[in-house]
Amino acid sequence: MTMDTNKKLAVFIASAIVLAVLPFVVGSTLGNSWVRTIDFALLYVMLALGLNIVVGFAGLLDLGFIAFYAVGAYSFALLGSPHFDIHLPFYISIPLGAGLAAMFGLLLGTPVLKLKGDYLAIVTLGFGEIIRIFMNNLNAPVNITNGPQGINLIDPIQVGGVSLGKAIEVFGFNLNPVHMYYYVFLFLTVVVVIMVYRLQHSRIGRAWVAMREDSIAAAAMGLNIRNIKLLAFALGALSGGVAGGLFATFQGFISPESFGLLESIMILAMVVLGGMGHIPGVILGAVVLTIAPEILRDVIGPLQMKAFGKMLVDPENARMLLFGVAMVVMMLVRPEGMWPSKRRAAEFKDAKKG
Amino acid sequence: MSILDVKNLQVSYGGIQAVKGIDFHINKGELVTLIGANGAGKTTTLKTLVGMVKIAGGSINFDGKDTTSIATHDFVRNGLVMVPEGRGVFAKLTVEENLQMGGYYRNDRDGIARDIAHVYELFPRLKERYKQLAGTLSGGEQQMVAMGRAIISKPKLLLLDEPSMGLAPLIVEKIFEIIQMVAAEGVTMLLVEQNAKLALQVSQRGYVMESGKISMSGPAKELLDDERVRNAYLGG
Repeated sequence: MTMDTNKKLAVFIASAIVLAVLPFVVGSTLGNSWVRTIDFALLYVMLALGLNIVVGFAGLLDLGFIAFYAVGAYSFALLGSPHFDIHLPFYISIPLGAGLAAMFGLLLGTPVLKLKGDYLAIVTLGFGEIIRIFMNNLNAPVNITNGPQGINLIDPIQVGGVSLGKAIEVFGFNLNPVHMYYYVFLFLTVVVVIMVYRLQHSRIGRAWVAMREDSIAAAAMGLNIRNIKLLAFALGALSGGVAGGLFATFQGFISPESFGLLESIMILAMVVLGGMGHIPGVILGAVVLTIAPEILRDVIGPLQMKAFGKMLVDPENARMLLFGVAMVVMMLVRPEGMWPSKRRAAEFKDAKKG
Repeated sequence: MSILDVKNLQVSYGGIQAVKGIDFHINKGELVTLIGANGAGKTTTLKTLVGMVKIAGGSINFDGKDTTSIATHDFVRNGLVMVPEGRGVFAKLTVEENLQMGGYYRNDRDGIARDIAHVYELFPRLKERYKQLAGTLSGGEQQMVAMGRAIISKPKLLLLDEPSMGLAPLIVEKIFEIIQMVAAEGVTMLLVEQNAKLALQVSQRGYVMESGKISMSGPAKELLDDERVRNAYLGG
């Protein structure tokens, strides 16, 4: 037993050290653009973990999850930019945005309570598009979102008078914004991981599994199906909203373009490929699917030039092609995901037998 | 003193009347069985009791309250628990998690832990397998999980819908042993069964249901000896 805890502690300390120095190691070897990619990976981890509550835990297929990311991002942007000339500090606007996103989660959840499977997917997909189109068109008659032009010059996070938007020097180290945001993102990612982990092992987590499996028996146990579904939508949206706010301040610019259907699908792919319902799997899925395209970007172009002497397929398209192939192969070979939970693996084993 | 009092209960599915005005009652501490052929309206009656099917007429009085307008998920809080047909065990939850679901509506963590320990005493088999997914258990063990979970819900009345359905004869006997064990715990039960013989053997009283009506009722022993019951349900 003590061996086990010691081992766990060692793993914990080792990963803490790795995560602490990661941006500097990566920054000095591969360049700061890669640190930026890692920052994005953390954002996607938060998003994927949020969607995992809805899809993985509660078993509700949501194809419009990006809407909550958009709500979080726009809340932050409107509350911290020259657009309305409001400049709320991040520790107010991020919780506000997350709360608003959770409310939108309830707003989506209420009409779809009775829907299942394909029907639920279609309605959520529509919801995601509605939000995006609203953002695109809410510039007239009253200019709220500045339409397709998006919102620019969003405030960077300020911690104790230090803006994370500009590079600073600490003890001779040159701290870039990408480094500083890394730690903010890492901190909030850890908070989200702890939250979803605690949720999964709480009575609410059990209730989600029970509901997914047999809603009649679950109701007979005293479980209010309506509330427990709405809770899944709201908590998932909450984490999406946090990620959205961070995205807005990190980029300094947002426009409706960033919140398209493809993004929703990407996040869903992270959850499914990683291992639905399994927190480490979902984290892995998010990291792999954020980093792999960046590696491919560096590889596909030069490879084509070498092989054919010219660009046959645009790298961006080739990326989607490869991504599609990878998805198909994955679904054939390992439908339960890269790193599934025991529970999920058992479900797939059952399905194969049956 | 009766815990459940049903008067002139009527249920319709569309234009078809499935339950055509039945009366029955259950006293505290009793084990009562409701037998009858397929489609006689037994399961419908049970579902009506926990609000899964709307009643068309009549009254249900449970523990001094009219329960006809309570939502399904609130019945547990009122002390009415059902083990649905096919047991309703959550296959992808472990044995222990299933038992914890029984305490879902309760707020006394220590009390739940105590009751789970008590269930493990009743069914040592479950203790051995507490970490196993319930779906990997045998039919009899799953029934233990379902019954154990129901005990943890602290029911004033436990409704059992066809507990022996689809199980091998040897396991069926085991399940009736389990039912008797739970009855010995002082749990009041309404048992709905097609296996009339075993059901009547463990019960104090019985009702016989035939195409939506109660055709006979009385002490279980008398029903077991009744000529008509023997011919119709006990295979002569």
